[in-house]
Amino acid sequence: MAAAESYPDELKYHPEHDWARIEGDEATVGITWFAQDALGELVHFEAPEPGVTVTKDSVYGEVESVKAVSDVVAPVSGEILEVNQAVVDAPETVNADPYGEGWLLRIRLSDPAEPDALLDVEAYKQLLQDL
Amino acid sequence: MQTLSRTPLHERHVAAGARLVPFAGWEMPVQYEGVIAEHRAVRTDCGVFDVSHMGEIHAEGPKARELLQALLSNDLDRLDDGDAQYTLLTDESGGIIDDLIAYRIDPHQYLLVVNAGNRQEVWDWMKEREIRGSEVRDASDEYGLLAVQGPRSIERLGLPEGKQFTHAMGEIDGIEVMVNRTGYTGEQGCELMCPAEDAVALWDAVVARGAVPCGLGARDTLRLEVCYPLHGNDITRETDAISAGLAWTCALDKDFTGAPALRRLKEDGPARKLVAFVMEEKAIPRAGMTIESGGEVTSGTHSPMLDKGIGLGYVPADRSMPGSALVIDVRGKKRRATVVPKPIYKPEEEPT
Repeated sequence: MAAAESYPDELKYHPEHDWARIEGDEATVGITWFAQDALGELVHFEAPEPGVTVTKDSVYGEVESVKAVSDVVAPVSGEILEVNQAVVDAPETVNADPYGEGWLLRIRLSDPAEPDALLDVEAYKQLLQDL
Repeated sequence: MQTLSRTPLHERHVAAGARLVPFAGWEMPVQYEGVIAEHRAVRTDCGVFDVSHMGEIHAEGPKARELLQALLSNDLDRLDDGDAQYTLLTDESGGIIDDLIAYRIDPHQYLLVVNAGNRQEVWDWMKEREIRGSEVRDASDEYGLLAVQGPRSIERLGLPEGKQFTHAMGEIDGIEVMVNRTGYTGEQGCELMCPAEDAVALWDAVVARGAVPCGLGARDTLRLEVCYPLHGNDITRETDAISAGLAWTCALDKDFTGAPALRRLKEDGPARKLVAFVMEEKAIPRAGMTIESGGEVTSGTHSPMLDKGIGLGYVPADRSMPGSALVIDVRGKKRRATVVPKPIYKPEEEPT
């Protein structure tokens, strides 16, 4: 079942339709409601390996629906602490709960100040309106 | 920019919240609620597709049969009035201009339902080759066409049971339709043809009877699970019936355009064959991906019924036997697949 459109206030957003939840020097990241809606029901998450370092703005994996494939871009830089196995096993989790059960990675931030450069919810909503 | 054509059901699709995409010059619904739910509806119950974008060509006259026998690969003489046949329009080298279904109305009247993207080319090709006593007429804009597919489709429509590959006039809630027992999903069902002005009423009636509106997304996953080729992907002017596993649609004992080339190919054996495969790893093959040792994926998707990546592709003939191991380049990653017998998915109740 698809989730209703929402963009939580407490998250940081990347213009490539990724979100990050910052807690201390860790970030949980995923794709926004807009991204999952554009793709349709996800059927595959091509995930990176834990321990790998990702770099802000660069591609770390792919999400695929029946009809389309899309790169996923890291909103922050750092080492991957955990890949959400629940999404690897059941990618449709992202459609059902993009900001909760449908998270993709946990990352240890290489620069705790880096997320400050991301969009806040108002800026991201403005970006969506301007599309 | 090219203007997209719209079917008579366009307003219905918009009202239903369909996601519309350009397809073969048409603005068509790719999905309503979701591809997977629509796919399952067709496999378990009943779905309805607007396929009014497809072309309808009439071939008429005392020499219509002669014309079609010379142009189409299958043997029309196997048909009686009320029968239908899957067949190919081929060029001199055996290349596939289109795949289509021919319906015999009477000995002097045939209906050809052709792919939307090939409508003009098919019509041009046939018109140029018309013979005295035959007339080819593009009537595509005169008709609406709805594919109603799934194990409960006939029951939901209140139609009598009928044999696959037949057609008859019928009626759905007061709307007169041509009931064609054909489809593109591997399930029981029919395709209902009506005058374009009746299409909205027919759609409403079919939906009211419980058919789930389905888009082109599910149409593609459904046909791919049962390995029906898609023209433009799996079969083209550059491919031929023998390599594509469609020799059964070619009456090589009659003369039709390209028959000599196809006879030679059959005798020599094709270098490459179109095979069905299933991914052995989590990955979704897509059209255009390279298969190692000289092959290419022509169609690929995620199979909702198998929950795996599946596809069709051309591989060297010595790799085409079921069980053969393939390696597919999925955006730079080597992923294992195995050739499987067609169809990839077998519907539980075979169409009768």
